[in-house]
Amino acid sequence: MDQIAVHQDSATSSDWPVAIYRTLKSFGVAQVSYVPDAGHSKLIKLSHADADIKTTVLTTEEEGVAMAAGAWLGGDRAVLLMQSSGVGNCVNMLSLMASCRFPLLTLVTMRGEWAEFNPWQIPMGRATPQAFEIMGATVLRLENPDDAEEVISAAASLAYDGDQQVAVLISQRMIGRKKWTRETH
Amino acid sequence: MSITPGTLDRRAAVKALLADRGDLLVISGLGSSSYDVFDAGDHASNFYLWGAMGGAAMVGLGLALAQPKRPVLVVTGDGEQLMGIGSLLTIATKQPGNLSVAVLDNGHFGETGMQPSHSGLGARLEVIADGAGIRSVSDIADMAGIERFRNSLRDLSGGPRLARIRIAAGEVERALPPRDGTYLKNRFRGHLGFKVS
Repeated sequence: MDQIAVHQDSATSSDWPVAIYRTLKSFGVAQVSYVPDAGHSKLIKLSHADADIKTTVLTTEEEGVAMAAGAWLGGDRAVLLMQSSGVGNCVNMLSLMASCRFPLLTLVTMRGEWAEFNPWQIPMGRATPQAFEIMGATVLRLENPDDAEEVISAAASLAYDGDQQVAVLISQRMIGRKKWTRETH
Repeated sequence: MSITPGTLDRRAAVKALLADRGDLLVISGLGSSSYDVFDAGDHASNFYLWGAMGGAAMVGLGLALAQPKRPVLVVTGDGEQLMGIGSLLTIATKQPGNLSVAVLDNGHFGETGMQPSHSGLGARLEVIADGAGIRSVSDIADMAGIERFRNSLRDLSGGPRLARIRIAAGEVERALPPRDGTYLKNRFRGHLGFKVS
């Protein structure tokens, strides 16, 4: 069926989305919003299956930034899932979070950095850390599946207890090489 | 397509919308909508946006999902809603019964020199909202319509709603709410019983 973009799980990427999910649960996250990404697909499924988490698909990433502000006003902790190509869409809306010191925790699966096949992904992937940093957000990196719990936990504390905007960039190496054709890599 | 200019006075319309507000939680979009909501009476359960153009309805959605037992009203302008038009589709996927959006539509970008907006040039926000899947949409051109819409807000199973409210274009004196976002945030959360950390 799908000749292109057949996703291939990396041997090292087995259960880190479950570790992220458990960590978010331990922080009492009650809202998850997302623009889909293959790298987030397992976490999105877990979130939708959890009756205690209100899970919302967005038309564009900045909606999730504004939504996280509203969630916090109402006493909910929110998480925004996206891929690096959507980070630029959020820049202006990050003003809202900085102006009001709203917590923001966003988990970003990276494209354009590791064995990237599609050159169109590279500019935004390369600019992703700076796009957050110019708006005052803190950028943490998750490079190793074994570190998932520790890094997400640190980011969640910084966001929800420290009233900061925090982005965790999940390495493309963890997500695995995207298989574009059936015959070759 | 013919475009009928609105005649409602925006201040009178918003004041009527917020009369006897009870436990209503209000988010206002940047610019004149924030001034209108403030002019109708400052309240700890008002959160005024001074920026974040296009974000008001999504702030309302996050709040409505977090507080399902409280009615949530977003008061915003046509220009602000147009910038976040996709949020109507996102709201529709969740069908929050307690969320209502009132779009004060004068067909212009009032804050920036009264340039005609897309709604002034023919786009119909209530039709777009209907197509997006918003359960209850209305097109309001008189105070009786405002009254009906206001009375519907407390029905927590009747939303999401979007009302296009046809207001007159024209300058109104500014009424400036507090601009300190952290203060507004903490005041709002305090009203809901959340302590400042």
